[in-house]
Amino acid sequence: MDVHALQQIVHRTRDARRKQTLPKFSPADRDQLIHKYHPDYRERAYRPIRFGPNSGDKTVVELASLLEGDSPITDEVDLTADYTTDVLVVGGGGAGCAAALHAHTAGAKVMLATKLRLGDSNSVMAQGGMQISVAPEDSPVTHFVDTLKGGHMQNDHQLLKVMVEEGPSIAKWLLSLGVLFDRDGDGNLHVKKGGGSSKPRLLTCSDYTGLEIMRVLKDEVQNQKIQLLEFCAAIELTSDEKGNCTGAIFKDLDNQRRVVVAAKSVILATGGIGRLHIQGFPTSNHYGATGDGLCLAYRMGAKLMHIDTFQYHPSGAVYPEQLIGALVTEGIRSEGGHLVNAKGERFVNELDTRDVVSSSIIRECEEGRGIRTMSGRIGVWLDTPLLDVEQGPGTVEKHFPAMMLQFERFGIDISKDPVLIYPTLHYQNGGVKIDTNSETNVHNLFVAGEASGGLHGRNRLMGNSLLDLMVFGKRSGQTAAARAAAMPQGKLTVGHLKGFRAEAKKHGSSNGIVSPMILPPYTRKES
Amino acid sequence: MAQEDSNVIDQPEVIRHKMVTVEIAGKKYEVPEGITVIKALWYSGQEVVRGAGCLGGFCGACAAYYRTKDDPKVRTCLACQMAVQDGMSITMMPPFPARKATYDMQTLKDPKQDLFNLYPEAPLCRNCNACTEACPQSIDVREGVWKAVFGDFKSVSEMFMDCVMCGMCTPVCIADIAPNLVALYVSRAQGAHFTEKPVGLDTRIKEIQDGRFNDEWAKILRMTEKELADHCATVK
Repeated sequence: MDVHALQQIVHRTRDARRKQTLPKFSPADRDQLIHKYHPDYRERAYRPIRFGPNSGDKTVVELASLLEGDSPITDEVDLTADYTTDVLVVGGGGAGCAAALHAHTAGAKVMLATKLRLGDSNSVMAQGGMQISVAPEDSPVTHFVDTLKGGHMQNDHQLLKVMVEEGPSIAKWLLSLGVLFDRDGDGNLHVKKGGGSSKPRLLTCSDYTGLEIMRVLKDEVQNQKIQLLEFCAAIELTSDEKGNCTGAIFKDLDNQRRVVVAAKSVILATGGIGRLHIQGFPTSNHYGATGDGLCLAYRMGAKLMHIDTFQYHPSGAVYPEQLIGALVTEGIRSEGGHLVNAKGERFVNELDTRDVVSSSIIRECEEGRGIRTMSGRIGVWLDTPLLDVEQGPGTVEKHFPAMMLQFERFGIDISKDPVLIYPTLHYQNGGVKIDTNSETNVHNLFVAGEASGGLHGRNRLMGNSLLDLMVFGKRSGQTAAARAAAMPQGKLTVGHLKGFRAEAKKHGSSNGIVSPMILPPYTRKES
Repeated sequence: MAQEDSNVIDQPEVIRHKMVTVEIAGKKYEVPEGITVIKALWYSGQEVVRGAGCLGGFCGACAAYYRTKDDPKVRTCLACQMAVQDGMSITMMPPFPARKATYDMQTLKDPKQDLFNLYPEAPLCRNCNACTEACPQSIDVREGVWKAVFGDFKSVSEMFMDCVMCGMCTPVCIADIAPNLVALYVSRAQGAHFTEKPVGLDTRIKEIQDGRFNDEWAKILRMTEKELADHCATVK
């Protein structure tokens, strides 16, 4: 049928739905739903990792193969340093920029390397906002409790306390750099309510929060003349005789040459894994989200945690074809947008946590109440025009300009027609285990942002990622910088690979996979 | 599961699997109609390192020029957000060596005047409007440059909230202005110097410093797992 004909049921049932309030699931119902429908519980998608720090732990097969993968570096490699620095930041997204800026401010010599351009990241796409408890009726403790609930009580309490308590000072720092957060009439920061949160707590820059923060941080990195190494992918870390981290080896993607950087500390801010398309899911992630940092840290002996859990954002676009996997911001649901099945019914409280909402969308589709596309995709409607009906014409355009423009390019006016959505692979809930200074169990190896694990438990709450990046970027940068002055540069070796390779051999790993992946293999090989 | 056939969206482009001819950097390739420009690059066998970033229309890495069949007008797009059609000619925009001024945002004394020291070319706009026409985000760039020059920093910051810093406004400028960089400076100055300080934020920071939540923290962190779970359940 014509897409407009199928959308009619959403228009027809709108008034009736407006009168409904859907309760949130009870804890028992919620657990049952997630166990039955959430992709994290599809047994056959998982296998145990055979060796290394997380030997025996289960993760998705795509990641397990990369973690067990071999290094592209041989034992006889020339490790004469091309550059020497105090703090080496790997990754040019939010966590990387924050780490570099704070380390620089603390007086360290800093180098930032990234395999794409500075700023090409997931951070730049963050639309929903940044959770910081600034409202009088809110508190860091409430933020803590909401996050813990969202994370199924599995969050690291120390990391979480640090994050929620440092939030307000992060907002102040960003404001001083010129970030334009939305305001209330009295000049205070405007807060919106996000899924899974008991209080309005999202700071926003319309639906461009990540873009606005990243524009400013990138500009600041350039203003501070922090040394950049763009289009250089980290392919191995270096260690001294004690196994401490001492630098990294890069591949310059423009000329394929090796670049060796000696550093007193390394901060991995390499982001997530969406581009591995685990379980065949489309993804909202950027081009370079291939989990490189996880592989590098793992070979050095860093312990990972919660790497069996991923976040599938409830609303990835399913139609038109060109936008598949792209995010339709949660902000639409925060402002009252309904999720509607093929029968014109709501089926979940739209402001429940992401894992619950995603699971219920998958349930609707698996039980035959989804809307299908000719290309074999399936989804449910997100009633975007409802926002204009509820809050007056022009609301969608005013509050979601990025979204409007994205669909307008394909001739779709989301303020008039609902959009078809299905969960999309969005976020790696776990990652490398860190302490409150963002350091791993490998000395002088820090991990900040999505590549780290523990903070978000088994499901990240909306709006907590941007704050995570800023808080742990800062902590890693400051700790690494403070340490630099009083320590000598350690020796550069790849001694850690000996042990890793011996273990691989013992477990018969000859899968031929070399990691990190660097970029997804999208280029069509045959003619 | 059974589902009525009527519940399927028609997608003519999917049924027909139509191939179209496009020209990428001067060479012709057959690619499926309607895929994005960036996917057309992958489809035609090209390794993409530069020219792809977030793939969601926000990072500006995939700035590209295109022309449709028989139309003399060369247009701009973000390659991850543009569908290919038959006869389209496409080329990616190379990195353009625009000059970015460096400044310490927090210590600027007179940001509106400083604009002319940092970007002395800003007031030399000759009104050709090429920047506005080049903007894939439909920003009225020319108007923004003039508003910056006249000190209306607030309007500039609002107009350029959509700016993805692709830089396509820059190569077309006959006065050598980099409008996106000018607007970035202006927007940051607006935020750092001309926007009210939120009082509530300072109050909250002080509350945390003064230990206002210490008792609550102590209570929460002492709880057993079960107590904590029960407590969490009471928060709606």
